[in-house]
Order: sequence, then structure tokens, then C-alpha cells
Amino acid sequence: MTKIYSKTILENGLNVLLKEIHTAPLVSSWIWYRVGSRDEITGHTGISHWCEHMQFKGTPNFPSNLLERAVARDGGMWNAFTYFDWTTFFETMPADKIDLGLRIEADRMINSVFDEKEIASERTVVISEREGSENDPSFLLGEAVQNAAFRTHPYHHEIIGDLPDLKSMSRDDLYNHYRTFYAPNNAILSVAGDFKTTEMLANIRDIYGKIPMGAAPPRITRPEPAAIGEHRLTVEGPGETTYLDISFHAPAANDLEFFPVTVLNSLLAGPSSLNMFGGGGTSNKTSRLYRALVEKELAVSVGGGLAATADPFLYSVVITLNPKRKPEEALAAFDVEIKRLQDELIPLNEITRAIKQARALFAYGSENITNQAFWLGHAEMFAGYDWFLTYLDKLAKVTPAELQKIARKYFRPQNRVVGTYIPRGEEVRV
Amino acid sequence: MKAIFQHSLPGPDDITRDILPNGITVLARTNFNSPSVVIGGYLPCGSLFDTDDKLGLADFTASGLLRGSEKRDFQKIFDELESAGASLSFSAGGHTAGFSGRCLAEDLPLLLELLADALRRPVFPKEQVERLRAQSLTGLSIRGQDTAGMASLTFDQIVFEGHPYARPDDGWPETIKAIKRNDLADFHQTHYGPRGLVLAIVGSVDPKTIAIQVTKELGDWTNSSQPEIPALPALKPLKRIVTRKVKIPGKSQSDLVIGTSGPRRKDPEFMPASLGNSVLGQFGMAGRIGEVVREKSGLAYYASSSLSAGIGPGSWDVSAGVNPANVQKARDLICKEIERFVEKGVTIQELSDSQSNFVGRLPLSLESNAGVVGALLNIERFDLGLDYYRRYPNLVQSVTPEEVLSAAKKYLHPDRLAVAIAGS
Repeated sequence: MTKIYSKTILENGLNVLLKEIHTAPLVSSWIWYRVGSRDEITGHTGISHWCEHMQFKGTPNFPSNLLERAVARDGGMWNAFTYFDWTTFFETMPADKIDLGLRIEADRMINSVFDEKEIASERTVVISEREGSENDPSFLLGEAVQNAAFRTHPYHHEIIGDLPDLKSMSRDDLYNHYRTFYAPNNAILSVAGDFKTTEMLANIRDIYGKIPMGAAPPRITRPEPAAIGEHRLTVEGPGETTYLDISFHAPAANDLEFFPVTVLNSLLAGPSSLNMFGGGGTSNKTSRLYRALVEKELAVSVGGGLAATADPFLYSVVITLNPKRKPEEALAAFDVEIKRLQDELIPLNEITRAIKQARALFAYGSENITNQAFWLGHAEMFAGYDWFLTYLDKLAKVTPAELQKIARKYFRPQNRVVGTYIPRGEEVRV
Repeated sequence: MKAIFQHSLPGPDDITRDILPNGITVLARTNFNSPSVVIGGYLPCGSLFDTDDKLGLADFTASGLLRGSEKRDFQKIFDELESAGASLSFSAGGHTAGFSGRCLAEDLPLLLELLADALRRPVFPKEQVERLRAQSLTGLSIRGQDTAGMASLTFDQIVFEGHPYARPDDGWPETIKAIKRNDLADFHQTHYGPRGLVLAIVGSVDPKTIAIQVTKELGDWTNSSQPEIPALPALKPLKRIVTRKVKIPGKSQSDLVIGTSGPRRKDPEFMPASLGNSVLGQFGMAGRIGEVVREKSGLAYYASSSLSAGIGPGSWDVSAGVNPANVQKARDLICKEIERFVEKGVTIQELSDSQSNFVGRLPLSLESNAGVVGALLNIERFDLGLDYYRRYPNLVQSVTPEEVLSAAKKYLHPDRLAVAIAGS
């Protein structure tokens, strides 16, 4: 994978990152706004995500049906995502058609209509999206754990938002949110693929250069105080399967301690792939927790995850229990593995293995242009693109002593929330 | 389509197709832009061979292949795979058991050796079989709570009543409990063999090296007991609207699937039906269905149509997830759209939009090694010809609105639909 890219800041504050990749006749373009669920106050939870939906409802220049038709006719792929720290929109198109994607994003940065009728119909669509998530026990449990983990930091609430807010927010609320955060000086444009940098930059200047700068958007700063004791909670709901979610407060992505936690996750629950698009990962059947929980028939599966966030979030392990076993048994076995990490130095060969796995997964992801453009912008949301380019080097520098220190620092009961999903076990009838 | 795109599509000049003396078909395409290799394939060991009382045996057997071999135990297999950051997995569908894997190019010999070891020498250790069974039963219990999954399963039961396609490949709790360890070993011994095995390899490796490595691992494999795939019975068409509801307590959303059977992949109606389906519920934000159910009515986060076509009869359906109070409203809207579609077909403009989309998205779908493996297996499974993706733009562009209408009328009958609903 080439490490060559360019970064330019236009006069209106728009950051433009460009990376030429000539392996396929495609270009992927992403516009990123520094706004997400962490920028929402009580009463407006879910507003960033709903606002993202409204961006697909059209502008005077690109009415919604014309928008989707234009992209689809050219064989493009487009979508949008809202996260804790950001909102992003992308188009991956045949290389000679990407101009359309660039123009759509420039236009809807300032000209989206937010029609009252469209807001009414999208309100029920977003509520339906939430209801679909609620059907899944892991969503219900994850939401409860997240709520318990954050008292002051706005990572407290789910990105989709709370139902009362989804029912009560108005057109003005949504439109104000849009006008406050969607501005070139609060955005990054990342483009990767089959183009010439000088030509692409000239085109971007032409399309985006005239958009006026906005006022500097506010950002909520309510850091979460250090955890002062273990939280335990239960969620009850339909089904026959018990789940356990053990979440520790974890370092932010731009903290150097993020990398040892990444290696610890790899040893505990198997390597996580950075690949949002394409690539794929490997299994986790030789990980310590798989051996301790699944091989011992306490659980049927286990997985770990560490999110790359701007502020400290959570490192979570989710265990699907064997129906014949109790959650306390699985938690006890989990704690034995945590204690091993804290008491015994990890053999160097285990770390070397984790690095080789990370290298392979990284290579798989580099084959996909959409994934490359994603990282070109995403890493800027919490650090900078160099964070991504030096990711493997930073993992390789981790030492056994450091891992032990980090395991002792973060993997303490006082620093965690333990959530259990208890199934009610009602009968399904045809 | 620009010449450069045309050139980047797989074709006879850059696909290598070999048949080994024992019957294994090997497809390969080189891509030195990537540091990795993706493999994929299938062999005729699917759930069509399962009896009703042991439904799920083919899938159970496929899942058991990596649980221990004559050469390696479970942990050794996965230690070798995972230490290389490689992956390999097996699962069974109706006609075939499939596998897929990937690795860095330097590890391809290892991946092929593990593939051959799993296919040829699995031992199904008792302890591992019991562990798999527990995992499978939990999976089925989760399936029973999944409104979308249960609506889809129930839809298949209505449309394919009396046909093997009505059965879920992963079985039922009682059939999984009935399967013995020896059933897996027997199923493997009888059905797994080189005849009908197709293997596709794409990535940073040249075809000659592939031929040598595959021959080394699989060239001397024989099995004289491999049976023919059972013939499929005729499908009984629906005679009226059949509605079936699955009550799953405590769910915030209900899922519905409405539709009927569809063409086989090799039927001449496949391409017109496929383009028609795009207009109905795929193009842009899910075509007409998305427009009516999501955009105009705000009833659902997802609502779209799909056409599944394989070796035997396929299915053509519309699905949506809605609030339980809106099920009837969504059902009425969907049925009305199906009626309009069957009565009037598609406009020239709508068809042209979808044709342009089908052709335009090719470079994106074939960008990755995994995408090309899928394309090569598609060519082989349905006998499409190595030049299929080069001919594809013309095949798509030559479809007329009349052909779409005729395909719609042949398969979709608004008075003879299956309606499956799952939720609270």
C-alpha cells in the first residue's frame, strides 16, 4: 500500500486529503463533518443521525429522486454513517463519474431543504430503525451498558437517540443543527482512487472553494470522571439466550495506550479488523477467551471490540452463553484470564503473532478503494492520517511489560460495567 | 462502457480453467496489485441429501470439517490459520457445500494444505461434535427470535411446500439433536469427493503455481461412492393468497415477506426478471417499493424486493420491517405495487436506469479478489461461459420492457402470493 498522499486546506477551512490508487478504474470520495451523537444534549438525542437522513431528501438543484437516480445510473455506491464523533457521506463511482459525487456533497453541505413533510415521514422511518434495533438483544444490552458507563460524557446515549426525543424534535431543531455543523471549516474531504492529484485538487477548489466559511461550531466538553466502582446491571427481554457484556473504560484512539489495548484484545478475543469495507478478518478460535470460555463449554461464542474514538470510550467483550451454564460461571472464567494478563508477562511470540495477524488484516483492507478513502478521512476525525499509516509500527513497538502495566491499569473491576441479558423465554407460536 | 473497463473485466484471456484427471475444476485469475489471495469453491454435498428427521446433517458435516483431521487437532488447525492471519470456513446450502478463505500470498500453500486436509481427512472428534451441536442449537434459538429470519423461513415454507427448498439448511432443534457423530463421518465418506468440486483462486499468484499446488494437495483424491444429486420434484404453484403469522412475543418490530417463486438462474426470463426486480425494489433507494413504503409513507427503515435464482426454482419477494401496528398498511401498499408492476410493467426510462446501473456497477463489484472469486464461481455454477462478463453489458442492454412485463406476468400473480409475517 502506498503511503503517498496530499493534504491541502482551502481558504474556507475545508481540509482536502487526496490519495492516488491506480489499481481499479474507481474513485471513492468522502465528506466528513465533526458532528455526531456526542454533540447532542438531552432532548435532542439522535439529532445528528436524523439530520444525516435528511441529507438524502434533496436540494433545489438535486431533488431527492434525481440524486439517487444519478448515482445509481452510473453504477455508483453511496451511503452515509453517523457515529459518536462524526457524520460522513460517501460515493464510490467509476473514475470518470466521480465529479457527480463531489458536486452532490458540495451542494448538500449548504442547500438541503429540510421540508416539513419529509421530516414527518422520516421521523417514523428513524423510529422504525430504532425499533428494528430493539428487536436484537445485543442492542438492548449494549445500550444499557453504555448508559451506565457514562454519566457526564455525551457518549452516554446511543447514536440512534431516545424515543421521546425522536418523537418531539422539530424541523427548526434539525435545521439549526444542520446549519451549525455543516460548514467547510468543520469538514474534511477525503478522496482516493484513480485520478491525478493536481487535476482533482483543481476540480475540488472549483466546486468547494466558493462555499462560505461558517461560525466555529461548538463542541460539548464534559469529560467522564474516573470510574469509582463496578457497575452491574441486568436487562430482561424476549428469547432463550443469555448474553454477557463486560465493558472497561478504554483509552481514546489518539492516546498511545490505545495500541497496547489493541494487542491485549487480539490476545484475549482475537484480532479485530480495521476494515470497514472489504477485506474481512480471521477467526478467534485460538484466542485466550475462546479457549477459556468456548472450549470449556461455558459459552458458544465470544468477541471483543475496541472503538477508535476521539475521547475515551469502552473496550467491550460480549459472551453468548451456553444455555446450560450460568453467567456467573462465565464471568469467573473471564476474570481468571484477566488475572493471568496482569500476573504473568505475555511471551514475546504471542505478541509477534498478534502483529503478523494485524499485518495480514491490514493488507486485506488495502485492496479496497472505498476502505482506503474511508481511513484517509476517518483517522483525521480523532488523530490524523499518519495514525493509520503508522498503525502497524505502533503495534510492533508494544512490549510485554507495557501490556502487563496496561492490563493492570484498565482491566480492573472498578473500571468496568458488567451487563447481563436475561431471556424471558416465552414461546414462539405459528 | 469505456474500453478500459471492458479490459479490466474477467474474460477468457485472463481466466485459467483446468480440469484435473479426478474431476476437480480449478479456476484462477491473477491480480498482482494485491498482496493477498482469496479462494472459494463448492462441492455437491448440500442439504438435498438430508432426510427430514436429520435435516441439518449436511451443514453440520461442513461445520465439522475444521474440527480435527488425521493430521491436526482443532487447536492446531486454527493455530496455523490464525497465526498467518488467514481464514477458512465451510457451510452447506441446498445443492452444495461451500468454502471460502483468504491469506497473504506467501501462505497459499498452507491454506491449500489445510483445505485439502479438511476436505479429505476430517475425523469429527466426539467432543468437538457435541460442542458444535451446542453452538448450533443456540444459533437456532437465536434464529427463532429473529423476526426477519423467521418471516423469510416461513415464506419459503409456503412457496416451496412439498419441495426440498421449503426446508432450512441448518435444520431444526429436534433434527440437530437426532444427528449422531457417526452420521457426520458417514455423510462425509459417501458424499465428499473430487467429482463436482470447483475451486477458484484469485490474487497475487500465477496460474502455473496454482496448478502445481492444487494438484499436489487434491490431485490424487478419489471417491467412487459419490452419489448423483437427487432430482428435484416439480414445484406446486400457489393457488391463492396464503398468509402465515409467527408470533414472537416482546418484539418492537414485525417483519413481512410477500412474494412467490421465481425463475431459475438459467431460465431465459432471469435477466428481464432481474432488471424488473431492480425497478420494483432495488434501484436507487430500493426502487418503487422504497419510494412508496419508506419515502412517501415513512413506514419502514428497510423495504425492498429481491430475486433469488439458483439451480432450481427461485423466489421473488418484497420484504419490510415495520411497527406491529403498521403491518396491514405496509402489506396493502406492497401488494398494490406488485399489482401495478404486473399490470403495467416498467417504463423505458426506468428500464434504462436499471440497465445503466447493472453495467456501471461491474467495476465496483469486481474490484476485489473476493468479488472476482464470486464471479468465477457464478460462471462455473451456471455454465455462463468464460466471456460472460465481457458479454454482460450487451445481455443487459438488449432486454426490452415487453420482456420484463412478460417475466413479471409469468411469475408474479397478485391473487396467488405467499405472505409471511413474524413479530409480536
